[in-house]
Amino acid sequence: MVLVKKLVLDVLKPHQPNALEFCKALAEVGDNYSVNLMVIAVDEKTESVQIVVEAPSIDFDALQAVINKMGASLHSIDEVEVNNPSVDT
Amino acid sequence: MKLLQQVKFLFEITRSHGIVRRYFVVNGFDGALTMLGLIIGFQLSTAADLTVVMNACLGAAIALGVSGVSSAYVSETAERRRALAKLEEAMVTDLQASAHAEAVRWVPMLVALVNGSAPLIISLLILSPLWLAMQGISLPLSPLYLAILVALLLIFLLGVFLGHISGVSWLRSGLQTLVVALVTSLLIYLFAGY
Repeated sequence: MVLVKKLVLDVLKPHQPNALEFCKALAEVGDNYSVNLMVIAVDEKTESVQIVVEAPSIDFDALQAVINKMGASLHSIDEVEVNNPSVDT
Repeated sequence: MKLLQQVKFLFEITRSHGIVRRYFVVNGFDGALTMLGLIIGFQLSTAADLTVVMNACLGAAIALGVSGVSSAYVSETAERRRALAKLEEAMVTDLQASAHAEAVRWVPMLVALVNGSAPLIISLLILSPLWLAMQGISLPLSPLYLAILVALLLIFLLGVFLGHISGVSWLRSGLQTLVVALVTSLLIYLFAGY
């Protein structure tokens, strides 16, 4: 089974919830989720952010659902790291 | 606990904490001054039965509560919808499934509840000496005078609360609101006393 280990996402979000609350909500998607957010550009009502998510196995659909729930929209997936661990027999 | 966190989150994304506080103080003050005015009016009139005083004041308190709930709900819903439409325009996306749309549904209800309950609860507290007297409990003062004292105390406490949130002296802020109440009482004595 292919596991998604790292994602770099380009996201447009409203100012509220703020970056800290946004990252916390993303990290709550699963155990051992590490989330890094960097603000790229700030507009009157929105901000473009780059989000780096790292976890042993990222649930992308759940991640996208949280992004949408927070009123943000995913613009692009800029970087992906996946892993297909060997199964011992 | 989960519900409280959700409410806190909705207030945060809509930045409604200040609005709720403002509504609480403004309408609470309205309720307290209305009761003060009514009770002083009864005090200056020919002695009325306590039930008459109670019913008149209770009627005004309920009307203030309903007015607070309905006016805040209508105005807050309009404001929140407008804010959501502007955000959707900026995001160039439909936000109906987001927490922001949830806030449009819930925040006006919560704000309306605070706006309506503040004058109602404060009015009921002011009327409590009348209720105690009606239950046959002996009071150290006349129930109307005691109600006026409770009203002045609550108005002072609203000022203290304002002082606490604005970070200025609680005593000064409390005395400021108390002066407003005393000026109101003086005006009532001047104009209704004859």
